[in-house]
Amino acid sequence: MQRKSLDLWVGMFVLLGAASLFFLAMKAGNMSSLSFGATYPVITKFDNIGGLKQRAPVKSAGVVVGRVGGISFDDKTFQAVVTLNLDSGYKFPKDTSAKILTSGLLGEQYIGLEPGGDTNNLVAGDRIKMTQSAVVLENLISQFLYSKAAEGKDGDKQ
Amino acid sequence: MILDMVSALGRWTREYVVNVGFATRTFFALLGASPRILRRPRLVTGQIHFIGNYSLTIIAVSGLFVGFVLGLQGYYTLNKYGSEQALGLLVALSLTRELGPVVTALLFAGRAGTSLTAEIGLMKAGEQLAAMEMMAVNPLERVIAPRFWAGVIAMPLLAAIFSAVGIFGGYLVGVKLIGVDEGAFWSQMQAGVDVWKDIANGVIKSVVFGFAVTFIALYQGNEAQPTPEGVSRATTRTVVIASLTVLWLDFLLTALMFN
Repeated sequence: MQRKSLDLWVGMFVLLGAASLFFLAMKAGNMSSLSFGATYPVITKFDNIGGLKQRAPVKSAGVVVGRVGGISFDDKTFQAVVTLNLDSGYKFPKDTSAKILTSGLLGEQYIGLEPGGDTNNLVAGDRIKMTQSAVVLENLISQFLYSKAAEGKDGDKQ
Repeated sequence: MILDMVSALGRWTREYVVNVGFATRTFFALLGASPRILRRPRLVTGQIHFIGNYSLTIIAVSGLFVGFVLGLQGYYTLNKYGSEQALGLLVALSLTRELGPVVTALLFAGRAGTSLTAEIGLMKAGEQLAAMEMMAVNPLERVIAPRFWAGVIAMPLLAAIFSAVGIFGGYLVGVKLIGVDEGAFWSQMQAGVDVWKDIANGVIKSVVFGFAVTFIALYQGNEAQPTPEGVSRATTRTVVIASLTVLWLDFLLTALMFN
């Protein structure tokens, strides 16, 4: 009897430890967002991906429909090649366009898909042709400054 | 005078090398004796009960309070930059990567390590280990190996409990007390904590600490002078050496894992 109760307590201790690990993996970590469902790869090319990272979400209408699979550099066109792994459950038209967006002001970057009107759907290995690069803050500021400077010059002339 | 100092240094070096060699030999003898415990797994479960279950209270309470403090201090700092939503991420990362394994190992050295050293030391002082050898029972197999593996098994479990309770403590203070948005707290945490890079590496750390702390405690007990004073010295050495070992091992592992 005494042996039994000791085993019970040890078993409960081990279960508690395992439950804590499970809690850490599911609730604190990103285990729950690891999808083991089937996906199909779609390739996109961007002039500039900004701070996009692997495993960043791919969203359409705000819903996560896939993840960024791989990022590489193409030294022929000097563009970034981004592979998107889209959930097999979701189909998109062939003329879908991809944008790199930022969640919130300083949040992480993700890819937004905007479906087009084509009747054929994207299949594995297809390329999304219409893309829009990430907004780089420095470029935005310099554009703003230049346009301000140009305005100032025009004002002087008048 | 100078010659005396040089010879003192020489003696210290020689003793150090002898000690390291002896510890290494004991470690491999211990590993060699370990497969035998598979035949009597109850020896290990009994020790897990002693080492793990009885350490549970101090680990859980410490974890809770470390989580509380992380919640308060983290909020104070993050609020200066207007990014208190990242509180969950801060609490979870600091616990799973560093504080969970390290503080658990330090507490474990104080709570379980000392009792292991004192137990083995007194067994040796009472010549119980010698008596076992007389009866052709290898004390390494019967006494030391079960305690060693119990410590190695219990440490990662305790560290996981510490981290989980700590995150809960941070949640209580951050969300319930201060009023950080609950959705942001958890979603930032999930977006930032990686299962393999952060959580699994923390578990690896705590396994390494389990090996180190338990072995140091058992070795010090086994090498203690068989007198009351010797046992008390060995217990002190366990805490000091185990704590320092945990700290430098942590630095080493962090540099290897997260560079």
